[in-house]
Amino acid sequence: MSVEDLTPVDQSITVKRNQIPVAYTLGGVVALAVFFTWAPWILPASDVTILMNFFILVIMATMWNLLAGYAGMVSIGQQGFIGLGAYATLYFAIKGMDPFFAIPLAVIVCAVIAFPVTFLLFRLRGGYFAVATWVVANSAMLIIGSIAFFGGGTGHYLPGLTNLSFKVLNHDTYLAAWFVALVVVVATYILLRSRLGLVLSSVRDNEVASRSSGAKVTSTRRTVFIVAAAGCGAAGAVLAISQPFIQLGNEFNLQWAAEMLFASMIGGLGTIEGPILGCVIFFVLQQSLQNYGAWYLIIFGALAVGVAIWQPRGIWGFVRDTFHFELLPVGYRVSGAGVTNEARSAMRTVRWLRRTQKTPLEQDDKSP
Amino acid sequence: MIWLNVIVSGVLLGGFYALFACGLSLMFGVMKIINLAHGDMAVVAGYTAVFLVPKFHLPEVWSFIVVVPLFALLGYVVQRTLFQKSIDRDPFTTLLVTFGLSVVIENLLLEIYTANAQSINIGSLIAKSWQVNNTIYVSYLSLTVLIVSVVVLAALQLFLSKTSTGRQIRAVSDDREAAQLCGTNYRHIFGIASSLAFATVALAGIAFGMYTSLDPTSGGVNLLYAFETVVIGGIGSLWGTLVGGILLGIAQQFGAHFNEQYTVLAGNILFLIVLAIRPQGLFGKKVVMS
Repeated sequence: MSVEDLTPVDQSITVKRNQIPVAYTLGGVVALAVFFTWAPWILPASDVTILMNFFILVIMATMWNLLAGYAGMVSIGQQGFIGLGAYATLYFAIKGMDPFFAIPLAVIVCAVIAFPVTFLLFRLRGGYFAVATWVVANSAMLIIGSIAFFGGGTGHYLPGLTNLSFKVLNHDTYLAAWFVALVVVVATYILLRSRLGLVLSSVRDNEVASRSSGAKVTSTRRTVFIVAAAGCGAAGAVLAISQPFIQLGNEFNLQWAAEMLFASMIGGLGTIEGPILGCVIFFVLQQSLQNYGAWYLIIFGALAVGVAIWQPRGIWGFVRDTFHFELLPVGYRVSGAGVTNEARSAMRTVRWLRRTQKTPLEQDDKSP
Repeated sequence: MIWLNVIVSGVLLGGFYALFACGLSLMFGVMKIINLAHGDMAVVAGYTAVFLVPKFHLPEVWSFIVVVPLFALLGYVVQRTLFQKSIDRDPFTTLLVTFGLSVVIENLLLEIYTANAQSINIGSLIAKSWQVNNTIYVSYLSLTVLIVSVVVLAALQLFLSKTSTGRQIRAVSDDREAAQLCGTNYRHIFGIASSLAFATVALAGIAFGMYTSLDPTSGGVNLLYAFETVVIGGIGSLWGTLVGGILLGIAQQFGAHFNEQYTVLAGNILFLIVLAIRPQGLFGKKVVMS
């Protein structure tokens, strides 16, 4: 069956990606970008710090959402890559590099480490995969902790920042967090609109069918895992600069996994906007309950459990499905009288094929 | 002789890990749930023994008489409400729900009972040990835990193979739809399996509180050990769990022999080696795990 056979005959059916004009979305993104870049000059230092931590969490939540929401891999070991990113930054800083320039290197280190790890982890699925990621993170922490160069269990100061004043350091770190978050969100968006995004949604709908159609499922998963590891490495590098006393228990804290999981879950898994919304909710909760110890985390966790059971699409998923509204659409929307869900999904594929002018799933995936 | 000491202490530790892991193994085998709150449930059991049991004027050594039935009941209730709801969605949801539960429990304990370490007072029993020779001592407590663990595993095995309920549990675990067609109420069976798992985790939590001390964050690392035990031994095999626990215990003692820092790492490495060579575990049957 060729592409032409699937083309809708009925011209009353329309296939669109964006429900609102692209110019509006783009304009909104540019306006936000200008505002957040300008923010350190107009907001008080304490707000800048909060925004910085917000963007660090946005990076983590976006990466976790890419892993779990799009590729179906629940990891509770992403704090391993956060820690490795932080310690890679520390390593380069001790060797005399500017910590800010060490961020891209930390990203590369995490991606390189993630590659062999996938061969081990991909032997497991579901819950076993989840706990195995944790074992890997725990092992990484123990290995780093046994190296005296990094200060072992006591920690180590990140050198190379002492010549900066608090204000300048705060601004620079904020800008680093914001730019990394922007890059991560935009990269995820582009990745999901590409061929890889199509393979991911076909796997989500039916893994056996997409494998038998020749989708490179394993290598796609591997790419996603490596990207997520690299993103969390970047988050760890920024985190290291923001602290800047690097401690084993802080960087490899399971709480990072909890926060990124809860934020994406509450906001809406499988949407770009959801995790960001989840991070907003997290920071509102944290700031309003800051005098009540760990209660913000208890409430956030309980909220996430509730969402998982009763509203698994999350808040943004609910908004999208109820009001047919998306800010950053990765799929296509078919509208017209009498369009069934099956027709919608077929039409999405057709549209995609036409755009890329090639057969989507032509090569066989050699891995098991 | 040093190596014999490593092995003896590894075996004793392994008994405790097996006790910890059998609930996890049972819940995965029957409900296909990985309970990420497993370790925290054990900590809650330990805290119940420390804070609630003294109110009944019972010595803390005998706390399991109260805590184990309480947890069996709790297991049934949690399964029929929260866990069943997430099973009805998909396996993905059960992971998120149990992980959420784990974080909530940990932080609730932190808020209510502070981060202070608690331990279960067992009087002079803690210090008593049996001297095998000049270098090897076997503490009565470790030996008791090992024996309890073997007895619990044997009892579970007998229960699953000989009783009607046990056969129903295995039937539901093998093929839920077929078991339903034969008139089994699988939700009730899930509840019973879960209450068994909770009862064993309560025992493990109390044993842990007697061994060392509990704090709100002890759950996580114990889940890690329990999980490693299950995977090393083989999923769905109760005796495999015992062997897995013992191997993990020996690996950790072996690591600790060189440097205290390598205790956990040696266990992790054994786990990763088993994963690389034989992902279904030493006594596991199936390769596919989903």
